[in-house]
Amino acid sequence: MNARLRWRKLVSGFMLTMTGVCALVAVSVLFFILGYFVYNGGVSINWDFFTKLPTQVGQAGGGMANAIVGSAKLLLLASLIGVPIGFFGGIYLAEFSGTKVAFVVRYAADLLNGVPSIVIGIFAYALLVLPFKHFSTFAGSFALGIMMIPITLRSTEEFLLGVPRALREGSMALGAGKWTTIMRVVVPAAYRGIMTAILLALARVAGETAPLLFTALGNQYWSPGWNQPTSSLPVMIYTYALSPYEDWHRQAWAGGLVLLGLILMVNIVARVILSRGIAVPRS
Amino acid sequence: MKRLAGTLLLVVAFGGMLLADNPLLINGAGATFPYPIYSKWFDEYHKANGTQINYQSVGSGAGIKQVTEGTVDFGASDGPMNDDQVKAYRAKNGIGILHFPTVLGAVVPTYNIAGVSGALNFTPEALSGIFLGRISKWNDPAIAAANKGVNLPGNDIVVIHRSDGSGTTYIWTDYLSKVNSDWKDKVGKGTSVNWPVGLGGKGNEGVTGLIKQTPNSIGYVELIYAAQNKVPYGSVKNAAGSMVKADLASVTEAAAAAAKTIPDDFRVSITNAPGKNAYPISSFTWLLIPEKFKDATKRDAMKGFLKWAITDGQGVVENLSYAKLPKEVVDKELKAISKVQ
Amino acid sequence: MGSRSFLSRLRNGDEIARLVTFLFAASVVLITVLLIYELWVGAALSRHKFGLVFFFTRVWDPIAEQFGALPFIYGTLVTAAVSLLLAVPLGIGAAIFLAELAPQKLSDPLQFFIDLLAAIPSVIYGLLGVFIVIPMMREWVQPALKNTLGFLPLFRGPVYGMGFLTAGIVLAIMVIPYIISVSREVLLSVPRDQREAALALGSTRWESTWKVVVPFAKTGIMGSIFLALARALGETMAVTMVIGNTPTISSSLFSPGYSIAAVIANEFTEATGDMHLSALIELGLVLFLLTFILNGLARLLMLLTTQRGSGMGHA
Repeated sequence: MNARLRWRKLVSGFMLTMTGVCALVAVSVLFFILGYFVYNGGVSINWDFFTKLPTQVGQAGGGMANAIVGSAKLLLLASLIGVPIGFFGGIYLAEFSGTKVAFVVRYAADLLNGVPSIVIGIFAYALLVLPFKHFSTFAGSFALGIMMIPITLRSTEEFLLGVPRALREGSMALGAGKWTTIMRVVVPAAYRGIMTAILLALARVAGETAPLLFTALGNQYWSPGWNQPTSSLPVMIYTYALSPYEDWHRQAWAGGLVLLGLILMVNIVARVILSRGIAVPRS
Repeated sequence: MKRLAGTLLLVVAFGGMLLADNPLLINGAGATFPYPIYSKWFDEYHKANGTQINYQSVGSGAGIKQVTEGTVDFGASDGPMNDDQVKAYRAKNGIGILHFPTVLGAVVPTYNIAGVSGALNFTPEALSGIFLGRISKWNDPAIAAANKGVNLPGNDIVVIHRSDGSGTTYIWTDYLSKVNSDWKDKVGKGTSVNWPVGLGGKGNEGVTGLIKQTPNSIGYVELIYAAQNKVPYGSVKNAAGSMVKADLASVTEAAAAAAKTIPDDFRVSITNAPGKNAYPISSFTWLLIPEKFKDATKRDAMKGFLKWAITDGQGVVENLSYAKLPKEVVDKELKAISKVQ
Repeated sequence: MGSRSFLSRLRNGDEIARLVTFLFAASVVLITVLLIYELWVGAALSRHKFGLVFFFTRVWDPIAEQFGALPFIYGTLVTAAVSLLLAVPLGIGAAIFLAELAPQKLSDPLQFFIDLLAAIPSVIYGLLGVFIVIPMMREWVQPALKNTLGFLPLFRGPVYGMGFLTAGIVLAIMVIPYIISVSREVLLSVPRDQREAALALGSTRWESTWKVVVPFAKTGIMGSIFLALARALGETMAVTMVIGNTPTISSSLFSPGYSIAAVIANEFTEATGDMHLSALIELGLVLFLLTFILNGLARLLMLLTTQRGSGMGHA
């Protein structure tokens, strides 16, 4: 073995180790983040946090109950807006449409997907806050719902297309109409994939803060119905983090832990289901 | 299909529950300057009365804007709306906007200097120089001259200002414009100005937070924020030549002269006020209330709150280092409340 | 079929289904068009007053109603550049490890964790930025950089903790997962014979990876970088919490700055005056166009990669 070869082998070993280090660094960031939140947030999580409303400024205590409920409401409404559009739109793309229309719809969805969330906030403000002279849960949900559409649409289409033709043809051979086939055979076969995609879409918008800043605004109290401003977990975290009060910082960590925990849990569950792969039975 | 119908039913039922209860909720937004006292007031009033007043502390600029747009029921600002803004409100809403002073407060220079825990003395020249970026080190003679005996380091000054539209900024720049013609020409006064130097923090809260975390910094915040967070703040030289620290007495004195001659719309500036011990950076803060309310319940609740705030409510303001409204102003206001229809 | 009237065709359940689902699909297009329209119209006031000069003016003065986008474009680009400088080497390195070296039993779980990183919301990174990264920067990293590399204009000036560098670092952490997952996939799809040919010719493992496999996957990796860039440009919360929120243009990375998304988040609800609001919306339009172009380029590159990888390029 000559010197040059030895050198090249050394370089090879070194560089490959470095790539391992890169991967280690990237993955350890996740655990680092988790660790910090568990440590800082864990001490502040107590029953009060989940059940009490925020107290007066500067007074210790209180919790984020209205923020948690607010976020839940926002997400519920957002899915009522985003999921039907994405789901039925996906059905159209997979089952009914021609290629030209499909191209335009897919392009629009991809475009929408890439729009920064703050710009979506501007859109929702112009459309639903200004004309109605109201900050509202609805406006916030609309913004979040729009963000759910692209993921839901593309995933529905993809999973529906993944269902084998044989299933469809079998059903139609038995005399079922197209719509019946879709709703009773194809969709149930792709059900798991579509549900997990919806979960992932929800997890994505659950953490969004920017679009809520000028739609749902904020609220110290419970927000009745959907026409009033509402508190939400991400916005609370943001506001508290930037304040000078130690108690609020504590609560920001706690809120962050709750948010992070929920999002990660949904992601883990959804991905595990997806990776088990076969959402469609092989014939 | 059954599963789908079942889920839909559940969703609708839940949705129905969301709509169920609808207690009176009034929405307001604006100044962070009075947020501590408003927060206390709204809480106390809610406990006594049940009315929920949701106040979002987003800055005076946002308060003015959102009340003009009509997206909130009332606004709050420590910089009174200027004539253009009042005209714009009328143009947009067809009615007028009324200003109601609620408390008196002070904007203080706060800082974070290692080894300095007491009150520094600031001359108008020093303050304008620092915020213009002309004075860049803490041990500059312009600052040191007024602080003999204090060990000022040679570190760079980190200026911190507001990043959002702020009435506190308005008060601060209003004062600087009065005492320094350079500032008046170069920067001017307003809720959002073109700052020559410095970092931006969001709200009084954000600025206080930044100062606490940034060594060698200086910023301007409402008195209670400095006091509650135990950040040292300095004295300022007033028009009469005395070094005055902001407190209840000095702020009250600043309002004394103006109180007697306060205009009917209550818009007045009391920075750099005359008076031997007047604190030069004091100000009223106002609630911005529309002349007409569409909803009679909201209107009555708002008027009720206002009456309470400027009379009984004044009893708790001093605990939070705000000064009470002068008697002449309260009397005038009580009469003006009837203008709200 | 064509001779039957529209209404009679509707009576058929399938036709109704087709129409209804079409309406849903069309609404996606409608929403997108409406969004672009609102942005365009909202920005009109500002566009007409400032024209192209908007992109080259530094002044952002709400009182004088003079608005220029330059400080925000600068801040957005600088933080994105810093983030890519950090994230690209790390990301590609990690992707190489995951695709080439790690056995599948290791590679798949690791990729799983990296996908989780991508799911973490911006405000969480912002929280970490404010309480952990900023103090770290202010106490150790920036002074150390100043002492060693302070002769460069990049590392001069007072050390605040917040600023371009900090924002860039936080952004880097946020975009790494995108670079890793896309690059890993692209690398995995490089045909085996490429690697084997290089090894057969006597190259070391590293040489075959770096000189053969990676160049083959070049287009796809570029696509991942564009994707990461598009994300970095649009990030709002994490950036606004650590960048200092000051419209400054400075050669120093320690200086506080502002990004397009951050200024919109801070000033939108309080834009006093229609011109101010219009200028902010115009900034939103600019951001939209930037991300649109980048995402388009990314998709184009991905398309080129899949075309290339499938059945082309063997001896």
